[in-house]
Amino acid sequence: MIQLKDIHKSFGAQKVLDGLDLNIEDGQTTVIIGRSGGGKSVLLKHIIGLIRPDSGQVVVDGEDITKLNDKQLNEVRKKFGMLFQEGALFDSMTVGENVSFPLVEHTKMTDEEIRQVVAERLKAVGLTGVEGKMPSELSGGMRKRVALARAIALHPQIVLFDEPTTGLDPVLTEAINQLIIDTQRNLNLTCIVISHDIESIFRVGHKIALLYGGKIIEYGTPEEIRASKNPVLVQFLSGSTEGPIQIM
Amino acid sequence: MKGFLSLIDNLGRAVLRNVEEAGKILLLFFAVLSWAVRPPLKFKNIMKQMEFVGVKSIFVVVLTGAFTGMVMALQGYHGFRMFSAESLIGSTVALGMTRELGPVLTSLMVTARAGSAMAAELGSMRVTEQIDALYVMAANPIQHLIVPRIIAGIAMVPILTVVSDFVGIAGGYFVGVHVLQINEGLFFKNITKLVTLNDIYNGLVKAACFGLILSLVGCYKGFNTRGGAEGVGRATTEAVVLASISILVADYFLTAIMF
Repeated sequence: MIQLKDIHKSFGAQKVLDGLDLNIEDGQTTVIIGRSGGGKSVLLKHIIGLIRPDSGQVVVDGEDITKLNDKQLNEVRKKFGMLFQEGALFDSMTVGENVSFPLVEHTKMTDEEIRQVVAERLKAVGLTGVEGKMPSELSGGMRKRVALARAIALHPQIVLFDEPTTGLDPVLTEAINQLIIDTQRNLNLTCIVISHDIESIFRVGHKIALLYGGKIIEYGTPEEIRASKNPVLVQFLSGSTEGPIQIM
Repeated sequence: MKGFLSLIDNLGRAVLRNVEEAGKILLLFFAVLSWAVRPPLKFKNIMKQMEFVGVKSIFVVVLTGAFTGMVMALQGYHGFRMFSAESLIGSTVALGMTRELGPVLTSLMVTARAGSAMAAELGSMRVTEQIDALYVMAANPIQHLIVPRIIAGIAMVPILTVVSDFVGIAGGYFVGVHVLQINEGLFFKNITKLVTLNDIYNGLVKAACFGLILSLVGCYKGFNTRGGAEGVGRATTEAVVLASISILVADYFLTAIMF
């Protein structure tokens, strides 16, 4: 269980999170939606301790991670995997070295065991025989798959996805969505997904949360979200320029 | 009056900004020290950086060293000829190279080649979230990225300086003895008479300090890059300028202390 309690965060004069509260349930996929630049990625980075809040608590499995030192925070981070927007694969390493990185870093596996696990994780994301390729040789979709293989290499309990389908064509978008659903189900993961893609939101989410004005202003199942009359949510889902969301 | 106050205000801000930056670089240095003694050392990364900083800089260092030695001999010849002391050219080139030009020119060339690349590579890793990915995987970027680069800088710049000293003196020998027809025996005799091992050692200590400066500044600027491709470009330029100035300033104080 992840609980965000009264989170405030500002960068200079710009208030990004303004008393945000959110509970993320175990074994489910929670999708966080909201306008571009609205603080979704900042929220995700709070959950994994990359950014500390100005005030408030981020509680992961009963432990407030905002109070932890770097060493303690690293122990908590081993529960997490994260798929970054552009994959964030290490340019100077091969696909195999990228996926094996967390295994080399945190386990005492032999080279042969690592090779096997890397092949398994790559197979789980629909890739085989790419271990020797460099990230620059891969397409955008393949890079995201490799990044997901790396994110789940250590069997994490929680996986964070930062706009996993942005910039992909509809076929690849659907393939990545299916991959998120399958991975979540097969590994019984808690997934937190940030997305703008309306179809993806309803496809992968067990729960959907709308971030607006630095707060979660709507939260519910896909059915509840569809039925909501909240004008911000209605405008966001319809993509209309008319409504409370102001275009800068 | 208003313009004067604004000038003082800007000057004060610039001083504060620079002091703050110097403090941050010092803090990074302490973090590097604490991670450098914490096992496991990333040998593969260290070797890779040593190859990049050292082996791949040899060509440019040889060229710079050789032509510096040659031009010193040429310039020295015209000066020394006025009072018939041409035979001192060998020792002048050797002293100049080992004490001063070898370490300084080598580290400036390595700054331009490797220090800038460190800033660009780490900057690019920062803006593409690869550094965040390291944090997320509970791996420390200082241990993985910065410690190997600093070790490579400290270890390889003195070795390159030895190469630069050697080819500089060889260049001076070629121009002095074969072009300007100075007596070969006197050329070498004055070198062995006037150049001591301390000159060479102190030059190498300087080179190690410059290696630390150029790698620390390159890593600091790259690691703290903000703002996409433009930020990477800015970090690279700032790294080269700051490291070059710092090397020249440090050179004065190290020379004052050592010689």
